[in-house]
Amino acid sequence: MIRIANGQGFWGDSLEAPVDQIRRGPIDYLTLDYLAEVTMSILQKQRMRDPQAGYARDFVDLIARVLPDLKERRVRVIANAGGINPMGCRDAVLDRAARQNIPLKVATVTGDDITDRLDQFMKRGIEFKNMDTGEPLSAIRAQVERANVYFGAFPVAEAMGLGAEIVITGRVADAALTLAPMIHEFGWKETDWDKLTAGIVAGHAIECGAQVTGGNCQVDWETVPDLADIGYPIVEAEPDGTFSVTKHAGTGGRVTVASVKEQLLYEIGDPTQYITPDCVADFTTVHLDQAGPDRVRFSGIEGRPATNYYKVSISYTAGYKAMGSLVYTWPDAYKKARAADQILRQRLNRLGLRFDEIRTEFLGANACHGIPSGEPSPEIEPHLPEVVLRVGVRSENRAAVDRFTREIAPLVLNGPPGVSGLGLGRPRVEEIIAFWPALIPKSEVRPEVAIWPSKD
Amino acid sequence: MAKQRLIEIAHARSGDKGDLVNIGLIARKPEHYPILVREVTVERVKQHFTGVCKGRVERFELPNLGALNFLLHEALDGGGTMALKADPQGKTYSTALLRMEIEVD
Repeated sequence: MIRIANGQGFWGDSLEAPVDQIRRGPIDYLTLDYLAEVTMSILQKQRMRDPQAGYARDFVDLIARVLPDLKERRVRVIANAGGINPMGCRDAVLDRAARQNIPLKVATVTGDDITDRLDQFMKRGIEFKNMDTGEPLSAIRAQVERANVYFGAFPVAEAMGLGAEIVITGRVADAALTLAPMIHEFGWKETDWDKLTAGIVAGHAIECGAQVTGGNCQVDWETVPDLADIGYPIVEAEPDGTFSVTKHAGTGGRVTVASVKEQLLYEIGDPTQYITPDCVADFTTVHLDQAGPDRVRFSGIEGRPATNYYKVSISYTAGYKAMGSLVYTWPDAYKKARAADQILRQRLNRLGLRFDEIRTEFLGANACHGIPSGEPSPEIEPHLPEVVLRVGVRSENRAAVDRFTREIAPLVLNGPPGVSGLGLGRPRVEEIIAFWPALIPKSEVRPEVAIWPSKD
Repeated sequence: MAKQRLIEIAHARSGDKGDLVNIGLIARKPEHYPILVREVTVERVKQHFTGVCKGRVERFELPNLGALNFLLHEALDGGGTMALKADPQGKTYSTALLRMEIEVD
């Protein structure tokens, strides 16, 4: 049996969670998921300002902090912290290890970045059709920022086979980070579809960190113990493809069949066809048992052969947006917020500003649930203590969006009364990075695996 | 038959993929699952999210988990980073669905 922990569900997740995973109980592997789609674009912007940047700097600080613990407890780390500059991340980690005089073997998994090869591929007839709309990439080629292939678990397992204590990857499917140590330890083959699927389901269960151990848990949330000290998830995997999800003893949170079900259903499509680079998982085969306190056992998992394609995530610029907010207070908070929205729109019209979209929401009235929640009842409405007016605009024209940001604050003095600017200042204009999901034949790209000794 | 909100017999989680939101709807007890299958139809979900979901709704059954998975197409004003919404990733669509009133035996 091996123990694989997750210590990071996204870049920006708890800084203490990975440290607790290492120090508060036994684990063999620590996986860290830093890359959401939008993260790649943020890293791109950072690297444009500084060529040494482009990876998750938090990861480097984390390794520097826990390196002696990793060595002492023989914990190996797998992280997609490399972002768009895995080699830069490797150098930074090796440098921090050298400064502590700790020898360290770091492997990299790269080759996922196909940004510079897109035209070459397109010339050869690969259209990168948008998986949602069917449109070919040529429609937005000029706006493309980056293109990254999602690799699977085998190159990561290969890196472990080279003796790496830390594996840094670029784009790798999130769940593959968890499957990789199982392949490495148990010697699973590329055609062991059911076992590979079990590893992917395990990865899916823990890739969002505490979302499986009682965080963001809908069912009976008030009774989840000690969320302040919530334990992050650990998979205890067996060579036959069965596994349990649990957490360290003495931590807060809760691992139950119900909390696990919520996470299994998170961000999935057709449950019988969950496509990953390594296999096609069938979530309708998963059998769950409460095997003990804070322990759910998974069994019966079946999957099918992988497809001949990798998914590619292509990011592109798609105009600008800005959002502004003001809070209106009792009496008639909602009425005043609606009046302010009308005044604002009249002013934007008078200025001749055109937007691709303008959207108004009233937080405290019905913003998040919208029409399903309906309007506040006539008895309640005049008595609402406060309502936040939130207006957003989107346009190809940066100047129009910028002009909009100057029209929010004046409403505090020249609009309806009982209003505050929330102490937020003028809204910021943001460039929109949108995503274009596409496919590429597996034969067109190859992951590159390398290992690097520490500088002495 | 009596009316009840879904939240009495189910829990849920939602997330995004591009302009699509998925909502996993899970029966609190095994005996609640057939009620979900009977009551929470594609048509009812589409109607419930009028003005929010502009495309089609798909439903998948996971009897092993006592759960349904709904896909709401064109439900995020263009998708995560394009959306101007306070909830650009559809994280609260789960609780929006749990508001639905259904008939129970």
